[in-house]
Amino acid sequence: MAIKVLNPGLLTSVQDLGRPGYFHLGIPVSGAMDRYAMRAANLLVGNEESAAGLEAVFVGPQLAFAEDAMIAVTGADMPVKIDGEIQPGWTALPVKAGQVLSFDFLTAGARIYIAVAGGIDVPVALGSRSTYPIGALGGFKGRAIARDDELPVGRPSGRAISGRGVPDDLRRENPVPVELRILPGLYDHRVTKASLDRFFDEEWKVAPEADRMGYRFRGGTPLEFNEREQPFGAGSDPSNIVDSCYPYGSVQVPGGTEPIILHRDAVSGGGYFMIGTVISADMDLIGQLQPNTPARFRRVTMEQALEARHARAAMLDRLRKALQ
Amino acid sequence: MSRVEIRAPMPGVFYRKPSPDSPPFKVDGDDVAAGDVVGLIEVMKSFHEVSALEGGKSVRFLLEDADAVMAGQVIAEIEV
Repeated sequence: MAIKVLNPGLLTSVQDLGRPGYFHLGIPVSGAMDRYAMRAANLLVGNEESAAGLEAVFVGPQLAFAEDAMIAVTGADMPVKIDGEIQPGWTALPVKAGQVLSFDFLTAGARIYIAVAGGIDVPVALGSRSTYPIGALGGFKGRAIARDDELPVGRPSGRAISGRGVPDDLRRENPVPVELRILPGLYDHRVTKASLDRFFDEEWKVAPEADRMGYRFRGGTPLEFNEREQPFGAGSDPSNIVDSCYPYGSVQVPGGTEPIILHRDAVSGGGYFMIGTVISADMDLIGQLQPNTPARFRRVTMEQALEARHARAAMLDRLRKALQ
Repeated sequence: MSRVEIRAPMPGVFYRKPSPDSPPFKVDGDDVAAGDVVGLIEVMKSFHEVSALEGGKSVRFLLEDADAVMAGQVIAEIEV
């Protein structure tokens, strides 16, 4: 069974839940930017949550199915069409051999996830099928999918129930303006207290450069740094530090002007100070942000971050129960 | 005579010219044929052409050069 790519969309790649364990070697975690949506799509078609599907950003692909299949599309709001007929999102949809899956314009969110019963069966690279295009690693030939590619599909489990959808309260919304919770540290002491307070008070906007490596924001006031003599090994700009590890979700502010939240395909280290780290519960939200979306950063404590993580895990458990 | 909207297929920054020193792809009042490029959208560090899906007369742009645009937003209208 294979799926033929008639049109790849803007940038569509094979992703699963990621490739953890190699970040210290400079190989990013990769995987779906919105892992909740990826898991939901897989569960709907009877796959393991870790199966590989397709992530398409802003523009959906056009795909032709060589054989009957069960599919599901989750994530952003983008009307799903099978042979031109509108179908519901967040629902297990049967596709007949010869039919074509396509999409209308995006209406909210940024990324859709397409799961196929059996999963996209590309070779596993370092424990994952996720595509890391800069490293030509994983996915379909290490790159985004292209016209005329034939994507291999694995054997379906047979557990999918045609027409079953994710309950409404378990379909995550894409609220605007978005609020992203940040645990300050490890270098927030580099910024004056007034400047740090303003960072969390002001409204920012997603910049058009935002991608899988990092989400850049602009529109806020440049940061004011506490004066210091730069230590040996740090650059002369006050936003420079002696090189350090960059956690997934960390927020660096090069030159003190435009915060960048590192995401799934991020670099693992460098010399920019980090004002804080977006909590794990909010990382999926970032994957659904269009450029120009207004955003606020809210300061939280470690306790609040852990509570949010538990709430998120509980929601995922409810999803699993709903789709058992 | 009715008006047809040309919508942005993706979000980003909308440009009416192929490069800063070039004339615009189309100016208000121009006719547009199906497939004609009417602008560029910059997103994720690359530029993507926006084409008219159908042709018409007397285009009227609703966005200025370098305006922010959301997916599905109306960029221009044409008469058909």
